[in-house]
Amino acid sequence: MSDEHQPEHFSHHVRRYLFVFYALLFGTVITVAASYIPFGNRAINIAVALAIACSKAFLVAGYFMHLISERKMIYGIMAFTAFFFIGLMALTVWAMFAGFPALTVTH
Amino acid sequence: MDIPYTTQARPDTGLYNAKLGIWLFLASEVMLFGALFSSYILLRVGAIDGYWPHGWLNIPVGTVNTIVLITSSITTVMAWASLKMNQFGRFKFFHACTILCALTFVGIKSYEYHDKFTHYSIKLADGRIADGHLVEKSPDLNLDQKTGHIVIHGHEVDLANKQGKELETELKKLYDLRSPEAREVKHTELKYEAAQIASMETYGPWHNTYTAIYFTLTGLHALHVIGGALVIGFLWGPGSKMWKTDPERFTNRIEVSGLFWHFVDLVWIFLFPVLYLL
Repeated sequence: MSDEHQPEHFSHHVRRYLFVFYALLFGTVITVAASYIPFGNRAINIAVALAIACSKAFLVAGYFMHLISERKMIYGIMAFTAFFFIGLMALTVWAMFAGFPALTVTH
Repeated sequence: MDIPYTTQARPDTGLYNAKLGIWLFLASEVMLFGALFSSYILLRVGAIDGYWPHGWLNIPVGTVNTIVLITSSITTVMAWASLKMNQFGRFKFFHACTILCALTFVGIKSYEYHDKFTHYSIKLADGRIADGHLVEKSPDLNLDQKTGHIVIHGHEVDLANKQGKELETELKKLYDLRSPEAREVKHTELKYEAAQIASMETYGPWHNTYTAIYFTLTGLHALHVIGGALVIGFLWGPGSKMWKTDPERFTNRIEVSGLFWHFVDLVWIFLFPVLYLL
């Protein structure tokens, strides 16, 4: 979303936005369809769904939020965010080796 | 005194101030939702096999809501692009669509919440569990005084004294609603007197760890949708007067509110498969 964009250039952008919109709709449909496919292991289903979700997130962040052509300052902020976000997710991996007991269920 | 750098980029950041501000805010939002996703993973990995719910949410309804939110994202970016092309009328149209999509999303989410708050899990005095949606509850229903009755449309499961394969099958009828075992279950109207009931509760956040994290994540997300819709609604209505006095600054406001809206869409892109499908 750089400031040098002129009105006449925007019809080109609009076509790109529409393409991203169709891709997101297609991504939604295949996410649902893939969840019905028995890959033999629940972990594969999870990996496929998250891979599609990451692709959709890339399209939204990259094109709708214009991250693919942003200023360095924003990339810097996002780099910090990504670092700490990865840390948050890593906590779950470390916890798996901590040997805590399973949650109790009562009926 | 004028607020500095509302349209011009600051020399040191290369951005107008509001844009830097919204990205810093979004960074904090990533950490907020990240912490909750992290908690979700811990809860799910820590759950006993067979007890983590699967298929408890209506997939077609969730898919429609996903499409509604994606549609609102394209209308948001089109609204901003319309202003960049000096087409104020088109901006008004696209952002009216965004607000309509936001209201539709919240409406559908409310329907889903209502479905959970009328879904009962009843532990019977003989140890069986009755599970289903509320049909009728007598006004005098009181479990302590053993008065009144409740009617649900559902089924019963008996987990008591079951082990191995037998327990697994019964659990699937309750927890894995996409399993063949659960699909075979016939739902009928079941009536229980208060004296037959040991305890009962709805599928609210208090029911189990899944409903707790489901309501926390989707509730927080819905608050973001409502907040975003209020801001966009203001900019569409009374706030749009700025287009006449300071069009560039108004366009930047639309960009900033749009960035927030796309983030809300982005969070849902992960919430949908995680909560509805996996």
